[in-house]
Amino acid sequence: MSSIETSGLTKKFGNLTAVDSADLEIETGEIFGLLGPNGAGKTTTIKMLVTLLKPTSGTAKVNGFDIEKQAEDVRRSVGVVFQDPSLDTVLTGRENMELHARLYGVGRETRRKRIDELLALMDLQARADDVVKHYSGGMRRRLELARGLLHHPAVLFLDEPTLGLDPQTRELTWKYIKTISEQEQTTVVLTTHYMDEADAVCGRIGIIDHGRVVALDTPADLKHRLGGDLVCLKLSRPDPSLLSGLSYIKEAKVSDGQLALTVEDAAAHLPEMLSMLRDVTSVEVRTPTLNDVFLKYTGRQIREEEGGAGWQEAAMRHALGGG
Amino acid sequence: MGNLQGLYGIWLREFKVFQRERSRVISSMVTPLMFIVLLGGGLGSTVDLGSLGGGFGYQTFIFPGILLMLTMMGSIFFGLYIVWDRRIDVLKEVLVSPVSRTAIFFGKVLGGCTDVLIQVCILLCIGILFVPTTPASVAGSLVVALLVAIGMVALGLSIGSLFESLEGFQVIVSFLVYPLFFLSGALFPLDPLPAWLKTASYLDPLTYAVDALRSIQLGIPPSIPLGVDFLVMAAFAAGMVLLGTLGFRRMR
Repeated sequence: MSSIETSGLTKKFGNLTAVDSADLEIETGEIFGLLGPNGAGKTTTIKMLVTLLKPTSGTAKVNGFDIEKQAEDVRRSVGVVFQDPSLDTVLTGRENMELHARLYGVGRETRRKRIDELLALMDLQARADDVVKHYSGGMRRRLELARGLLHHPAVLFLDEPTLGLDPQTRELTWKYIKTISEQEQTTVVLTTHYMDEADAVCGRIGIIDHGRVVALDTPADLKHRLGGDLVCLKLSRPDPSLLSGLSYIKEAKVSDGQLALTVEDAAAHLPEMLSMLRDVTSVEVRTPTLNDVFLKYTGRQIREEEGGAGWQEAAMRHALGGG
Repeated sequence: MGNLQGLYGIWLREFKVFQRERSRVISSMVTPLMFIVLLGGGLGSTVDLGSLGGGFGYQTFIFPGILLMLTMMGSIFFGLYIVWDRRIDVLKEVLVSPVSRTAIFFGKVLGGCTDVLIQVCILLCIGILFVPTTPASVAGSLVVALLVAIGMVALGLSIGSLFESLEGFQVIVSFLVYPLFFLSGALFPLDPLPAWLKTASYLDPLTYAVDALRSIQLGIPPSIPLGVDFLVMAAFAAGMVLLGTLGFRRMR
């Protein structure tokens, strides 16, 4: 059964088309990664799916409910961790959790138990009764995650959930997300700037650029689509035509003064290639990563610091506003 | 049921914010006290209202009006504050929850009324010093304050739900808050006013609140029958609540 279905989902802001007729189908219990450069339309897509933005055209169903006609049912079904902090800095960590529990109608017994459980998971018990104003950026992020998981949503939207977290917390977070998706069949839709994390966690990945879904598959198949391993050769006169005629070379181009090749089964064919070239000073062979896939489809490298800066800025604004 | 719990959660949040942001409460009490002590003391030394003032000095005469000022300004600013909630994204968490927009609205209205009525109580206590105070006058004043607070919080929220930034704030203060306050007759008796000003005053719903408060606290005969005063205030509160409910429903 599909948990999310969009058809021709479009959002325009004036002349700008932020999301351009997106067709997505996400299965129940799946962990789905939405990747794209900044401004590609990821957050806009999520905002429409959680009923915070009205689509310009097209429709979508979340957990079987229409996002326009059954907005309240949709909101009951989803949990969201926003990219920008949305904590109440005047309240304590526990009070933020309690408010959330009340907003989602979580009963008192479950509320206490689950809040303690989640605060412990995110390593926040010691500071649970401090006002959020005095939390560090990482602590705020952890609290938001704990809050998003509180009411056992059917679909959990995580917009850059691990941004600003230290590596251990990040790993723990993903572990917990994987666990709930397996045990409770929670569908998870996430965006992240960390390609390795997306690769490790997501069952399927959609790459979105300029509002369009440009590729959609499992991480393994996406990487497979590149057609082979990546070989980078440093030599005095890099020229793609040097190796023409070799059928196992799928793509050859010059990048950064080096010859960049996509080669089927590079390990087996490397000796022959090297024998055809003179004065090769360095060779690099690697299997493609999701980053390479991303580069191919968007023509851009995803840069972690881009997102990082944006988030810190948002946290700063928040801190200033709240304090 | 879920909505009631959510409404309670929102009210509780507002109450905690009120408890913790003491400076906001103190500064909102300072303005009315300045009006009473400085304006009341200053003008009171030259102005003699005679029988129009029910025999009271100017300082005592304006007390009901200042109580109204505290109520109306505290209420409308509380409502407008939602723009700030939205700016710092606190509201997003509430808006994305399954709690209905109507419940969010009522939670906010109740929160605002609680804040304002606590401040009104403080001012009523201070009033004991120079205003004849009886249990009945306190109860009556609180009823009037509650009706005004409901109406004005709802009005503030309705306006606030339309704006995404605080840029229009000064405009609202100049073109809405001040006219509503001055026209209400909070600082002067209505009877001797020229016809045009009197007409304008009668269009201001707060005029009826001042009229009622003066009669309740000082025993000055109301210019308008008390029943009409309460009817207008109740209608105003109901109208604003309706407006706010509609405004919140279209908010995203």
